[in-house]
Order: sequence, then structure tokens, then C-alpha cells
Amino acid sequence: MDRINSVAQLKAIQAKPDSNQIIIRVGMGTCGIAAGAKEALDVMVEEAKRLKINNITFVKTGCIGMCFAEPTVEVAIPGQKAVLYGNVDQDKAREIINRHLTKGELLDDILEIKNQYRIALRNCGVIDPENINDYIARDGYQALGKVIQELTPEQVIETVKLSGLRGRGGGGFPTGIKWQSTHNSPSDIKYIICNADEGDPGAFMDRSVLEGDPHSVLEAMAIAGYAIGAHTGYIYIRAEYPLAIARLEVALSQARECGLLGNNILGSSFSFDISLRYGAGAFVCGEETSLINSIQGSRGEPTNKPPYPAEKGLWGKPTSVNNVETFANIPPIFLRGPEWFASIGTEKSKGTKVFALAGSVNRVGLIEVVMGTTLRQIIYDIGGGTKDNKKFKAVQTGGPSGGCITEAHLDMPIDYEHLIKIGTMMGSGGMIVMNDDDCMVNFAKFYLEFMCEESCGKCTPCRIGNKRLLEILTKVTDGQGTEKDLETLKELGHYIKDTALCGLGQTAPNPVLSTLEYFEDEYLAHVRDKKCPSHVCVNLLEYHIVEDKCIGCTACARACPSQCITGEVKGTHMIDQSKCLKCGTCFATCKFKAIVRR
Amino acid sequence: MCTNDFNDSKFRELDEYIESLEVKEGSLIAILHKAQDIFGYLPRIVQSHVAQKTNIPEAKIYGVVTFYSYFNEAPRGEHVVNVCLGTACFVKGSMGILHEVEEQLGISAGQTTPDGKYSIDTLRCIGACGLSPVVMIDGKVHGRVERKKVRKLLQIS
Repeated sequence: MDRINSVAQLKAIQAKPDSNQIIIRVGMGTCGIAAGAKEALDVMVEEAKRLKINNITFVKTGCIGMCFAEPTVEVAIPGQKAVLYGNVDQDKAREIINRHLTKGELLDDILEIKNQYRIALRNCGVIDPENINDYIARDGYQALGKVIQELTPEQVIETVKLSGLRGRGGGGFPTGIKWQSTHNSPSDIKYIICNADEGDPGAFMDRSVLEGDPHSVLEAMAIAGYAIGAHTGYIYIRAEYPLAIARLEVALSQARECGLLGNNILGSSFSFDISLRYGAGAFVCGEETSLINSIQGSRGEPTNKPPYPAEKGLWGKPTSVNNVETFANIPPIFLRGPEWFASIGTEKSKGTKVFALAGSVNRVGLIEVVMGTTLRQIIYDIGGGTKDNKKFKAVQTGGPSGGCITEAHLDMPIDYEHLIKIGTMMGSGGMIVMNDDDCMVNFAKFYLEFMCEESCGKCTPCRIGNKRLLEILTKVTDGQGTEKDLETLKELGHYIKDTALCGLGQTAPNPVLSTLEYFEDEYLAHVRDKKCPSHVCVNLLEYHIVEDKCIGCTACARACPSQCITGEVKGTHMIDQSKCLKCGTCFATCKFKAIVRR
Repeated sequence: MCTNDFNDSKFRELDEYIESLEVKEGSLIAILHKAQDIFGYLPRIVQSHVAQKTNIPEAKIYGVVTFYSYFNEAPRGEHVVNVCLGTACFVKGSMGILHEVEEQLGISAGQTTPDGKYSIDTLRCIGACGLSPVVMIDGKVHGRVERKKVRKLLQIS
């Protein structure tokens, strides 16, 4: 790869697509590979060779976001509309070459990306993340070129402010203002940090961007560096994302080789380089002061703000910490103008947001929608409705720091303000859909367990307060809770919110408070009637055999691991409650619906 | 994956890595990652070796090792079975998968079988939520795991 010394040179090497080439894109993100994308690719390469089709370019892309249909393959024949296939196993891969390419027949399982607007994910699933030329061909590094050549740092900051871009990591702080205050802090040395410590269990957009389009983040970091006056950037990434790390390393070395990172970028006087720092499994490190401590080689404990990192951050120098998705939005803002970006979205929340749709929904995956899209559109139009048509109960947003959205708010526009108003938050964009089979009390307990485990222990409200909350919740799910306990949960929850040191502690009670507000009846059923309406809490559950439905087939008795079901062949069976493990095996085994949960 | 011998060549490999770094203190986490790669885990002997080499107090190193869940002070099994307990997997029944793995191997999460062959760990989201519930065995991700398929999954030669 040759060094690119000017913006003109960068434009000149933008490759023109070869009009005769068939392009086959295979989604090879972590999930695609786990679902068998590599095997599908191998079969296609072999078949193409066997049939002597030589004008195919195979592109290993990142994830296109259709996780429910992994592996995915896109076939683009020149002059025809590209076709995206889902669930491509080895047989189907063979048919893509044999039938679609040679005979022009369309196969089943054609997917379409509908009702989405892709800015941050614009290149995911389209380009080969390990080939910088693919990124350059789609206007990659043009924004950086424009910034260095035409704009002053102040103008760069002004542009970001005008766009209205807000931090996509959770807080929603205006990115332009963050850059401005870091720019204003006097110091020779400043730092840019990319927060890729995507800790919210259930959110994976940052992984997807880094695996599918790493250069967009590198380019944006260089732009940020130029704006605030930094020459060094760090990407703090979770050690749990080995593929993203590997692709970032490739991207970094290619960018350096091309002179797009390092000294005198694009022949200018601006120099900027980036290195990687690995996390080691601590959720709290997503909080910016903890993250900085972790990069400095210490325990990832938060520190009091102020001073903010913009004044005193990494090694005591002014530092701007921005999230991966935030960075991915930066290059298009400069290429298409801040007015364009500000025209998308709602009054105070501009642009788009990537959500990780998971749980009880048909089309699980990553989606990017315009701010202000309603939950109903997300779940039903894009997500394809709830799994097995079960009754929708709630959506949890904002991960362990967030809360839930119920049916009553299905038509509310999703943006930062509206979510806060109903007691949840945007967070990093995890959306877990729940149906009638999910117990909200147990769910709140799940998040609280997570938070207790991840609490760093520095401040008392979080270390001890959340532990007490968890103990009370455990009492409730075990059937030992009282109505007084529910009051204590609320009171204590609010104390913790007001007094904890950092974002983790302050938001940890949110799932409990939010479910208490919207699903108080479920809590009451647990404490008053000692019943779990969703039949999830094992200690409140009993399995019974309905006499007139049982035909005495003995299937349940044979399947029962604790041998607590007795009865004659062709006679009604009985469950000995004292020995029952409540494992549910009998319930799943009975073909006559003769076993019920109470 | 792990071994109990602390021969000189391993320490030498670690020393070479430490010496190649420009800043020692800020690189502590990277050093510990490297050390765990080499030794499989981070026993006290390795921690005090790092302390001597870097001039960082051993107490601080111990503090860092115990803070981050990625670092282990006890040896791991030859095969590490990681059950994801992230939210998406939890909703899809990963607790049941974990119980099945524990039952099949006869140990609890965080433990290693007496023959040193298997360890069970839990983790919080590897970002493959579309394939939930997910189990990662020796770094390979297995998606859409069902309880009855666990036994087959664990048959590692």
C-alpha cells in the first residue's frame, strides 16, 4: 500500500467498480461465523471454481444486523438489484451458485432491510473491514481530508454542535460541547479516548461497528483529535471481543501505512495516532472516569466529577471520551453537512440510533432507526412481532441502568427525552422484548444481581444499598416478602439514586423502581398471594395433574428426575409436592395438557 | 490451556514483553493479560515477579488482579466452558443451560474438575445475542444451545 500524501490523491485512488464483477458478500461478524458463514463461503468458492465462474468477487463483510437469519449472503449481479439471503447453510450456498448465478432463479429466505435509516451502520455488511480500499471507495477518510484542509478546529467543533449529535453511549451529552470544553482546557498534551467497553449485556452495536467498519471510528477519532488539539488516541476495548480487536489491529496498521494515521496525515502538519487498550471484564469501566483509571493500569474505580475528564482526564490531561457509535456518526456529518444530520430525528434528539433487538421478538438483530420512531414500529414493522405471537408485556431499554416500557407507551416516540420521562433511558441501545412468560420481579432481580457483582465497592450506597435491595428482591421471589418490603424497595432505591458516586450506582435501582411502578400487581401477587403470575419463580410454583385429563400413559413418571410422580398404567397419576424439584420436565413431557402450573 | 510448570523460559518470555514496553505502570493491565496468556492464570508467584520487574507495589497488582473478572488466580481446566448470562441469553433460558453444564460436569460455575480437564465460567454477553442462548467452549461460540444438546456439546476429544 502506498502512502497517500494529499486529499487529491485520496480522491484519485477511489476505485471504480468493475462492471463485470459479480459481488457476493458474506456476513462474517462474530455471530455470522458462529452460525457457519465460513463453511458457506468455502462451499461457494469451491462451486464457483468447479463451474469455472471467474468473475466473482467474494467480500467478507461485517454483520448486516439480521442476526435471526445468520449466516447471510448478498448476491449482487451487475445491472440487477442485489439479493440478500438468510439462513445460508452449505446446501443453500451451493444453490446460490448453481441456481441463482447460473440459472437466474431466486431462492427462498430473501431478506429486506425495511424502515431503517443507516448512518452509523452505513458500511456494516457492505465493505470488507480488513481492506482499507473498500472504505476509501465509499468516501472513507474524505471527511478527515476536508477537515484538515478546509476547517479550523473551532469550525470542526461548530459543525458537530450544529449537527446536534449527542453521545450514543447512554448519557446523551452533546458531543460538540464535550469537544469544546476539552478544546478550551489549556494544555500541550490532550487525549481522545474511544469507549468500546460495551458492557451492557444485550447490546452489541459497538462490536458490530468495530467488526464491520473499523476505519470509520479511526477517521472520526482523528477528526476529534484535530478539533481538540490531541495527537494521541486510545481505544479502550473489551477483551471479550477478540474479532473486533483483530480487525482494529489490521485497520490501524493499514491506516498508518497509507499515511492516514501517524505523522503528517495526508501531507499536512497534523499528526495523530491511536493505540488499543484492553479491558479485563469490569462493567464499571464503561463509566469514563473508571475507564481512565483502567487505562492508567489501576483498578477501574470511578472518581468524583468535577473535575471532568475534559479538564483533568487521562494522566491528568484534558481528555474527551466518546462512544464507538458516536464516532461512527462523525464522518457523514462532515461529508453531508450538519444541516442534513440535524434535519433527521426529533427536536432535541438528532440523527439515528442503533438498537440491539433481542429477547422475545421474531427478527432479532441490530437495527438503526431515525430518532422518534415508535416502539410499535420497531417491534412490529422491523422486529416482525413477538415470538410465537405471545402477548407483548414490556421492553427493557438501557440495560441494567434502564427501565421498562409497557404497552401503554408503544406509540411514544423513542428519543432521549421521552425515555427519561417515563423512567427509563436510552443507554447504549439494548432492547429486550418480554412477553407473558417473563416475570418482571425475577427480571429486576437478574439486573440487580449483575449490578451487585459489578459494583466496585468504593461508595457505600452502591456497595451495601444495592446488596440490601437484592436481598429483599430474593425474599420476594422466594415467597417470603411482605408489602412492607415493597415500600422499603422504593425508599431505599431512591436513596441510592441520590447518593451513589457514579453512574453505575445511581442507576442500579432503576430496573427495580421501573418495574415496581409499571408492574406493581406482579409484585403484589408475589407478596400477597405468594404466586408468580408468569410461573417463573420456582419457589412459588406448583405442578399439578388434572385428574380428568390424565390418561395414565406414565410418560411424566418416567421422565421425572426425582421420581416423585406415582400412578398405575392407565390410572390417574399424582405428584408428591414434598419431593418435586419444580424442574418442569413433566410439564414439557405430557402430551395431553394434563399437567398445569399454579 | 494452562499448565503448572513455572519454567524459566516462560518468565523470560514475560520479561521480554515487559522490557519492550515504553511505559510500565500504564501498561499493567496489558502485562497481566500477557502473563495470563503465558501461564494460564496469575498465581502469587507471577504477581510478585511482575511487581519486581515493574517496580509497582505487589499490593497494587493484587488489587488489580482481583478487581477484574478476566484475571484468574487459580488454574483453569484444559477446556473452559463459558456460559453466557447476558440479558438476551437470560431471557432465552441460559440459567437452565448453566445448570445442565454443571450437572454434566459435576462442578459449579467458577470451579475446575478434579482431573483438570474442564472449568465452568459464566460471562456477561459476548455480543452474539442474535444466537442466544450462547455457550463458548475454548473460545468457539456455539449458538442457539438447547438443554438437551449440552451433553453432546461437551464431548470434547
